[in-house]
Amino acid sequence: MSGNHSELKPAVGPNDHVQGRDDAPITLVEYGDYECPYCGMAYPIVKRIQARLGDRLRFVFRNFPLAEAHPHATAAAELAEAAASQGKFWEMHDMLYEHQNALGAKDLERYAKALELDRAALEATRAGGAPNQRVRGDFMSGVRSGVNGTPAFFINGRRFDGDWRDAEIFVEELESRI
Amino acid sequence: MPPLLQSGAAAPAFALADTHGATVTLAELLGKPVVLAFYPADWSPVCGDQMALYNEVLPVFQNLGAEMLGVSVDSRWCHAAFAENRRLRFRLLADFEPKGALARRYGAYREQDGTSERALFVIDAAGVIRWSYLSPIDVNPGADGILEALESLQKDRT
Repeated sequence: MSGNHSELKPAVGPNDHVQGRDDAPITLVEYGDYECPYCGMAYPIVKRIQARLGDRLRFVFRNFPLAEAHPHATAAAELAEAAASQGKFWEMHDMLYEHQNALGAKDLERYAKALELDRAALEATRAGGAPNQRVRGDFMSGVRSGVNGTPAFFINGRRFDGDWRDAEIFVEELESRI
Repeated sequence: MPPLLQSGAAAPAFALADTHGATVTLAELLGKPVVLAFYPADWSPVCGDQMALYNEVLPVFQNLGAEMLGVSVDSRWCHAAFAENRRLRFRLLADFEPKGALARRYGAYREQDGTSERALFVIDAAGVIRWSYLSPIDVNPGADGILEALESLQKDRT
């Protein structure tokens, strides 16, 4: 029920943000926080792993903002979710991680503009509350799944407690699951 | 070293100082579930360490009627600096003098390190341990086990 055997709940589904093929033999899920420096470290590592594994990997991102520690994390997460409604979740996800030291309200506005998001539609999406609910839902699913800090990775539904900071070791770990 | 206290055992009483120097006792908290989270030390060098995670999940614990308490062998001054730095909104108790005395009574002391284990206890409103968990020392146990234990307590009540 806790500790080493934590399982992803719920499993990856149609509402998730997914990169890669649905029939990929490896699914890597990250619970992340846009303002967390360790998640910032993990960002290029995940990119390298995706390049190495290609079609063998499906990557999924879920939100786990540590709002007390990171005052901008929730707004950033909600912006990415709002961008998703305009088909630009991953563009915003990347933009935020590539600028994770500048996540104030003005910065976020700038990123929305840079990605040519429809501003009125963005506001309407946010006002509707869906991004907020989505982020909170992701967070609680992370808690239920045994997320114990960020970034938290799940490989084919099981929490990975090993070292993700070395891309080579991480790739080996992932390949061993095929 | 006696083993970790298990579900069904009476929770050993305690009277420990919080960060303000006030004494917190188990007796005064009874009537609602209490979560006791022993952890090795303040200032764990990772993002979203165990206490930071509980801080985020705190509203959910509170909705389940529970009192969350963190316990380590650090002094109340150390706890105060740590709690302020991490903006913790629940109390940390100092199991400082005699060092680790409470951890020992719960079977959660590590002689070799002079710290407590990473051990979790959910105590019911009557003071009986209803769930306990010993985590590997370097693995943050997360909040899922606590949540499930509190939910099952709530189910028993209704």
